[in-house]
Amino acid sequence: MTAVRLSAGCGCSRREILAMLSACGVSLTLPALDARAASRRRTERPRSLLTLWMGGGMSQLETWDPHPGTASGGEVRSIPTSVPGVEISELLPRTAEQLHHALLIRSLTSREGDHERGTSFVKTGYRPEPTLNYPSLGAIVTHELPNPAIEIPQHIALAADASFSHGGYLGNEWDAFRVFDPGSGLTNLQADVSQKRQAERLEGLAVVSRQFRAARRFATAETLHEETLDRALRMMSSEQLRAFDLESEPEAIRQAYGDTRFGRGCLIARRLLEVGVRAIEVSLSGFDTHVANHEGHITQCAVLDPAMATLLRELSERDLLQSTIVLCLSEFGRTPQINPAGGRDHWPNWFSGLVAGGGFRRGAVIGTTPPEQPEAKTAMPTEPVTIPQLYATVLHALGIDGAREIMTPIGRPTRFADAEPAEWLLERQPV
Amino acid sequence: MRCVVMLFAVGIIAIVLVLVDKAGELGPFASSAPELKPDQQQTASVERLNAWFHDSWKVAGVAAAGPADELTVLRRLSLSLLGTIPSLEEIRSFEVDTQPDRIARWTGRMLQDSRFSDYFSERLARSLVGVESGPFIIFRRDRLTEWLSDRLREDTPWPETAASLIAAEGLWTDRPASNFITVAQISDDEGLDENKLAGRTVRTFLGQRIDCAQCHNHPFDHRWKQADFEGLAAFFSQARITIGGITDREVEDGQPVVHRVVDPGADAAAGRIVPPAVPFHPEWLGSGGTQRKHLADWVTHPANRRFERATANRIWALMFGRPWHDPVDDLPHPSETNSPDVLDLLGAEFRAQQGRLSSLIRLIAESEVFRLNSESPLESAEAYRKQAENWAVFPLVRLRPEQVIGSMLQAGSVRTIDQNSHPLIRLIRLTSENDFLGEYGDSGDNEFIRQVGTIPQALLRMNGRFTTDLTRAEGFTAPMQLLRFSPDDQALTENCFLTCLSRRPSTEEMAFFRRQLSDSDDQPGDDTEAQPDHVSQEPTTREQRVQDLFWALFNSPAFSWNH
Repeated sequence: MTAVRLSAGCGCSRREILAMLSACGVSLTLPALDARAASRRRTERPRSLLTLWMGGGMSQLETWDPHPGTASGGEVRSIPTSVPGVEISELLPRTAEQLHHALLIRSLTSREGDHERGTSFVKTGYRPEPTLNYPSLGAIVTHELPNPAIEIPQHIALAADASFSHGGYLGNEWDAFRVFDPGSGLTNLQADVSQKRQAERLEGLAVVSRQFRAARRFATAETLHEETLDRALRMMSSEQLRAFDLESEPEAIRQAYGDTRFGRGCLIARRLLEVGVRAIEVSLSGFDTHVANHEGHITQCAVLDPAMATLLRELSERDLLQSTIVLCLSEFGRTPQINPAGGRDHWPNWFSGLVAGGGFRRGAVIGTTPPEQPEAKTAMPTEPVTIPQLYATVLHALGIDGAREIMTPIGRPTRFADAEPAEWLLERQPV
Repeated sequence: MRCVVMLFAVGIIAIVLVLVDKAGELGPFASSAPELKPDQQQTASVERLNAWFHDSWKVAGVAAAGPADELTVLRRLSLSLLGTIPSLEEIRSFEVDTQPDRIARWTGRMLQDSRFSDYFSERLARSLVGVESGPFIIFRRDRLTEWLSDRLREDTPWPETAASLIAAEGLWTDRPASNFITVAQISDDEGLDENKLAGRTVRTFLGQRIDCAQCHNHPFDHRWKQADFEGLAAFFSQARITIGGITDREVEDGQPVVHRVVDPGADAAAGRIVPPAVPFHPEWLGSGGTQRKHLADWVTHPANRRFERATANRIWALMFGRPWHDPVDDLPHPSETNSPDVLDLLGAEFRAQQGRLSSLIRLIAESEVFRLNSESPLESAEAYRKQAENWAVFPLVRLRPEQVIGSMLQAGSVRTIDQNSHPLIRLIRLTSENDFLGEYGDSGDNEFIRQVGTIPQALLRMNGRFTTDLTRAEGFTAPMQLLRFSPDDQALTENCFLTCLSRRPSTEEMAFFRRQLSDSDDQPGDDTEAQPDHVSQEPTTREQRVQDLFWALFNSPAFSWNH
């Protein structure tokens, strides 16, 4: 595992880097580094969103909503949890011990049964359409709650896959910063030359930039080219990058999360939350089990269970759960009916999701689902919750007005939330 | 046996070395001046367009920026038509061409270049089928772009190409236009999505976003009703994907094939029957062939101003990097008065030239507005805003991802990287471009959204392997070639600027970089041995100085923004 170097790769200190930038005419527009977010009192802490993304379509029956003993239940059995009377899949034994932190929604609904469309819908809260690219929930949260103390990106996708969260109409500067293999070092964060040459390079860049800007004063200001470069250079020397470095974590903790991309991602996510990063997504793909669904979920849950359970426990122990909303979602569920290949196919009609922290109810379950695949496609679970409703509630809990009218770049008004908040999902007033 | 194998291996290595050597060779540059054919003269059209802008600026009370120098215009043309900056080789050839109409002739030369047809076919394909992978097997994006490239090379009229796409029949491999239809497959069971096809057709060819009218009347543009959308979608209702490719069926299972619309809450089996219908001028509909053929005739009808305006707006966007009317596919209705706007003017010229995209490109390239400077002496932000809004100054437009890597790769070579390049060079270009786009991010099918750069993109350009490899002064890279063959530091600095920014350095820039080069620890004639890098206060060699100069130019706004 490679540790992240904090010196722009050229042996110079943070102070030297800042002095170098200043000498080269690079503006230093950002405020001083704030104290660690986690060291502040609960009510003063920046609120954050952490999404655990189960890519491919997680089966509700093998995870949060087992139906053992029915034709649709398959081979999985259910086990008791820390919430009296609530049982989940035997494949998630450690998470079952932490379920009292979470609200389990077994009645999420969608109409999108295609991976691409379903992912777009569940990540943005809007059904995909060709004329407007909606921003992901993480992008909205970052856009609406900027944290000036953060020198590293405030929207980060760990163990990122192709479906990482986009800024949509807010602009690509709100796209998640992707880290493909958490814990193995960050790419492109080190200059490959000495401190002296880096300083000389920046000096040369400042001369050429000044020439370009001189006769294009107003147009150049709109490009934000130099500001972006400035932020990138600051990031290269930021001490906050330590959050990506797992070397300082005790071995027992690393083992508890699991030495997998997802496990390391969850541990880094906890460290990023402590720094105050606003929106984080950790992906675990591989749930598209059209063949051998049960075996597939055994494999997937072996990765998910230790990481998620440890994450919930640590967030609670470190008093971070009230200032963080944790979502565990997938683009859709899987069919109650098991196909001839032992797999389950796409099933958007109802699926499960888990929400923890941030003022959402704890130790509760919403919705019940039919034990068998119904004949009618219009069959619904009880207490249905739509994705737009869930996201409107998340925004509400984070103090963001989802109903505010937003003018998109194409001149079309829209809103961040496509529904009213479902306040019955919350245990009290937003934090 | 072992000897034979060894001899074979040595032979292969020798061939590769020769190929690599040839690939990096720097011989004299060819300098043939392109010619302008008589049928490519568009003087009157250009004057009409220029007059329109002069009137427009006068009415708005803005003064236009002065003309840009011709090297800057050449760079704009190269970026928009070929997706890359001009090579040093091309710049040298351009500069020795002293015949009249230099820009017009070089525009014509670019239009003949296979880089143009390949690059533009990809741009057009994005508007036609997006960038997603599409349905497995039955959608062949590569075949569609090859077909479009051939049509561009042959200068086929765009209305003909558009009609071929809408009414395409046959196999996706054998009849590549049919991929415009197959991309809309929902699933094997559910067949084609008529709504998707109708929405895409109207957006791409008529420049109107009516997708929302699928479910309700257009909320802002009251001329588009839900019934209009349904009627247009009905033209695609008989299209079927069969083993023989795309075909249309009027009858299926003894029943006429009709378009049914299921209203929310209604029984899926009992949808409303909606006949094919167009929202205006039904007399433009064709009469023979399939329903889709009728629609194709209507879309491309010579009197359908929406078609020519949509085409003009898209070509304008590809030339400037920004559409005349934004978004590119959501135009206002054509004016019913006698005061044509730019799209009307361009559209009329486009029709008069048999709908050839090449004539539209030439017209824009020769117009005064395309050749304006991006520099503005105005002192007030408000005055600049007004100037920019009226296209009285050339806009700064961020290079799209493929233009960024195309330019970086070209700047890494003094020779033009084109179809005549060594196969090894072309292979490296292709793989580098794909790898870069994977890391940098692709702009998708909506290429003209105004975006600023991101931090990961800035990091990639500063510290990524592409920049490191292309700026390194070794082997046959441009930095090394320029270092070897430039007679002095002044020429070296100038060559680096021309290679990367297509311009010469200013006095301040020249002084700065000459000073840096002269500070090298291995000046020509200096026998001091260079120290390895990463050593504190280590000497900097001339190779490293040139590498650092290239690095500064690669990361400058002048490189990243079309100006």
